[in-house]
Amino acid sequence: MAECHPVGFQWVMEAKARGATVIHVDPRFTRTSALADRHVPIRAGADIAFLGGLINHVLTGGLDFREYVVAYTNAGAVLREDFVDTEDLDGLFSGYDPDGRHYDTTSWQYEDAQAAPAAGDRDQWSQEDTESHGAESIKASAGGQRYGSGGAALANKPQIDETLQHPRCVYQVLKRHFARYTPELVEQVCGVPVADFLAVADAITRNSGRDRTTAWVYSVGWTQHTVGVQYIRCASILQTLLGNIGRPGGGILALRGHASIQGSTDIPTLFDLLPGYIPMPQAHQHEDLDAFVAADSGQTGFWGNMRSYAVSLLKAYWGDAATRQNDFCFDYLPRITGDHGTYQTVVDQIAGKVKGYFLTGENPAVGSANGRMQRLGMANLDWLVVRDLTLVESATFWRNAPEIETGELSTDRIGTEVFFLPAAAHTEKSGSFTNTQRLLQWHRKATEPAGDARSDLWFYFHLGRIVRDKLAGSTDERDRPVLDLAWDYPTEGALAEPSADAVLAEISGRDAAGRPLDAYTQLRDDGSTACGCWIYCGVYADGVNQADRRKSRTEQSWVAPEWGWAWPANRRIIYNRASADPDGNPWSERKRYVWWDAGQGRWLGADVPDFEPTKPPDYLPPEGATAQDALSGTDPFIMQTDGKAWLFAPAGLADGPFPAHYEPVESPVDNLVYGQRTNPVRESFPEPANRYHPFGTDVFPYVFTTYRLTEHHTAGGMSRALARLSELQPGMFCEVSPALAEERGLRHMEWATVVTARAAIEARVFVTERLRPLRIGDRVVHQVGLPYHWGVDGITTGDSANDLLAAVLDPNVHIQESKAATCDIRPGRRPRGPDLRALVASYRRRGRVDDEDRPEE
Amino acid sequence: MTQQDAHTPRMGFFTDTSVCIGCKACEVACKEWNAVPTKGMDLLGTSYDNTGGLGADTWRHVAFVEQPVPVPDAAGSAQGADGMRWLMASDVCKHCTHAACLDVCPTGALFRTEYGTVVVQEDVCNGCGYCVPACPYGVIERRESDGRAFKCTLCYDRLGEGLEPACAKACPTDSIQFGELDELRERADLRLANLLDAGESDARLYGRDPDDGVGGDGAFFLLLDEPEVYGLPPDPVVTTRDLPSMWKHAGVAALTVAAGVAASFLGRRS
Repeated sequence: MAECHPVGFQWVMEAKARGATVIHVDPRFTRTSALADRHVPIRAGADIAFLGGLINHVLTGGLDFREYVVAYTNAGAVLREDFVDTEDLDGLFSGYDPDGRHYDTTSWQYEDAQAAPAAGDRDQWSQEDTESHGAESIKASAGGQRYGSGGAALANKPQIDETLQHPRCVYQVLKRHFARYTPELVEQVCGVPVADFLAVADAITRNSGRDRTTAWVYSVGWTQHTVGVQYIRCASILQTLLGNIGRPGGGILALRGHASIQGSTDIPTLFDLLPGYIPMPQAHQHEDLDAFVAADSGQTGFWGNMRSYAVSLLKAYWGDAATRQNDFCFDYLPRITGDHGTYQTVVDQIAGKVKGYFLTGENPAVGSANGRMQRLGMANLDWLVVRDLTLVESATFWRNAPEIETGELSTDRIGTEVFFLPAAAHTEKSGSFTNTQRLLQWHRKATEPAGDARSDLWFYFHLGRIVRDKLAGSTDERDRPVLDLAWDYPTEGALAEPSADAVLAEISGRDAAGRPLDAYTQLRDDGSTACGCWIYCGVYADGVNQADRRKSRTEQSWVAPEWGWAWPANRRIIYNRASADPDGNPWSERKRYVWWDAGQGRWLGADVPDFEPTKPPDYLPPEGATAQDALSGTDPFIMQTDGKAWLFAPAGLADGPFPAHYEPVESPVDNLVYGQRTNPVRESFPEPANRYHPFGTDVFPYVFTTYRLTEHHTAGGMSRALARLSELQPGMFCEVSPALAEERGLRHMEWATVVTARAAIEARVFVTERLRPLRIGDRVVHQVGLPYHWGVDGITTGDSANDLLAAVLDPNVHIQESKAATCDIRPGRRPRGPDLRALVASYRRRGRVDDEDRPEE
Repeated sequence: MTQQDAHTPRMGFFTDTSVCIGCKACEVACKEWNAVPTKGMDLLGTSYDNTGGLGADTWRHVAFVEQPVPVPDAAGSAQGADGMRWLMASDVCKHCTHAACLDVCPTGALFRTEYGTVVVQEDVCNGCGYCVPACPYGVIERRESDGRAFKCTLCYDRLGEGLEPACAKACPTDSIQFGELDELRERADLRLANLLDAGESDARLYGRDPDDGVGGDGAFFLLLDEPEVYGLPPDPVVTTRDLPSMWKHAGVAALTVAAGVAASFLGRRS
């Protein structure tokens, strides 16, 4: 966190100054470790074993926050008799289809009930059919999994055993599932000594309960794995057992990779989501709006209002053209037909199926896994638009890609027409950042962009305007979606910059009379409201840019509700009903946050209660209630169908209702927890350019992990062009322990070449005690650390660490496994020219990477 | 040190290295504000430090020190030399109470400001370089490209506008604190006491003592180990400390010589 989020880390330091204990779990000793009370070195890719060990510690010691767990989680829900856990299937869950490499999740359901996930592709769980969607459809959406049981009519409540004694209740199944994650197993799998593990376990359990809370903070070290979603699930289970969700000082905080990545998930740049986590409609399945929202399985909980959210979005898109008669232009929405994620797209580029590509502030030639595959894809397009601050490698690959040096590509044979359009920096445009706690903060333009640089808002608005001008008068039906758009943003200044405030106002929403909306509870499904993103509804309440508020924390309550604006409804801690006990009283005075005031008949608190303001704790839903009315006064998790935190996920995951430790696809060790070595439903692309290392090879004996340095920004587009940043980290290096240096003859500050089946790169060697070999099972595992900032352009140049990686993805969210893979490292610089590919080819031969009968990766 | 304006308190830095995260925002902010040139793209291999030390083109410098240390076990007792720590510290001109650079400057380019800080005036400096060996910390340096001497000004121009220096403004963890020196010293004493209570037995203040060899620093530090570990001199002494007595001795010697010469002439005459 200190490395990549130094500004946010000031608050960790402030908490430490007030007595907080800071523990850092990371393969390397980083700038964060330097300031932590304890650094726990862990093998890259072993975190589920570590977190699972903590869960087991809590459960075997009876250290869970029992009242919280009984009241607010699905611990008492009884599972179906045909659910079979990894304990009995050696690492698989029931429902696995080895031919299609996917799960049928029917047996994961509650007994006598069905549940839908709280966000993402909800309707998958109501599909009648399993026939027409083959294994391909698993990869097709955020939900990533089909559910073969019919009907959208869901019972919202499972059968509950509040004593938690039923052998098939979630609590008992959970306990059994994690029983094998003992401290000794953690030591074996993670390389964390038992004493260190117990010290962490003791620290977090002592610091949780009525009076205290513990927070977990993670970054892409958790997400970029073939089991990344299950890492987060594992933390969620732990935090829920300890009562650390919905309470001040608790939570699981995702540090995003860039400013406002949270914002670009909320109002997504993802192929499978619409704003506010509404799923993208799928071809053939969603012929009309009724089919789209009827499939909405969240009939209970706030997702039960999805029709209102969807119709309001369509009204924001198409304005007056969207009417009840034409299904609010639902047919205008594009449909997805499969996986259109970034890595599938690159595979399709190489296959010649993709004609054009837009890159906006993204430099995949350096920043994405398997850079060579990215560049080969871009070299096979008709056209490419790059919008960035400087000429990044993805805009210059046609003249200086490493593949030109090796002879694989040549400029005169690359047909891609590249358009580079300089982009304005954040200082040169107005807009909002949404940070990890869902807080929107507005920033104002400080200066006009230089030269031809323009904001993205300018680019897309005027691009749309010009396209619409060109299509004007067209009678072709296919042009209606573009021509009917409500594309009427006011512009300002000499550059005709669209008003960012006007866009925010549209996102926030209006009623039929054009008056600003206050909250998403005002959204209607009859076309009388328009709202560009339902969870952001109210950010422009009263016609005021609420994200622009800057009242000092010294002039308001400690929650500081008048600094910026947080979605939803300006709530700073989501699900904060859980900060009070079932009766509505604070769990403790020390952790008082939101509570029920019986005298006033409403919820009060320093924060906006994340609950219906006057729903009393003793409210019980009447028979047949829907949406939020179906949740009781003790159901804090109001986006969930059943209002409960899910220790067990009966729906929503492609790879299991519980997390289970699987090894990274490339790992030097076998899975010491189960016979099943890797995530069986991971998404693979076994293309020639993307071969994986077969398991058991000794050709690639070392683990490597990639990371960022404080001094640079991701793929370098924002830092390698700046001298004052570049001089602070002026060259590519690799970090190795003294033991590995000795084993391989590597010397400090001399060159080394790192080799995988994808690429060979060179880097200067840093021999440092900050990396240490770990004992895993009966062997010593060495780890190599590689920053990934460099490429061929900029003031400081170097080889790209991401070239080493293969693209292999988490099946739920299509994120690549870039934080743990295997490699070899050898002293000296890499070969030049065609010899470079020859070196890689020799490794591929020795590692049997391309053999037809190669062992499975 | 020269007489200050009675109404302007002495201003300075307290750099608390115990909360430094090595982000180098201070280095960048300093260079941006003061238009200090880059040093060059040299990978030094000294941990994450690639600027090397203070100089004409580096007025704030973050040192990175990788140290083996015993790892505390669960009970908190040391297990042996198995762990490590990574010390980070942002160094800067000390703005000494007794500043030798200022003493030796023949042009008056170096002067003491109304804030008690020591500043080089670029338009007066003639590049003689006398200040360079005079500095007991090795801070001030001549810039190769133009020969003149440069160092931290404690952002004299910002102070005049009521702003804090750029490095302190940019520091995310308040490792660099700017303020009235008296108040900073109180704050530092409190911080040190807290750290010692917390078991940081090697923590110490550096440059805090007005009775040290330079009369105390206007920019002082909280360190977690010996100054030498950070590349700081353990007991800096103002290099011009002995100048008055040297002049006295030189004067006596000169008189002696003169008397001898006179005597010889006298002898000849006889």
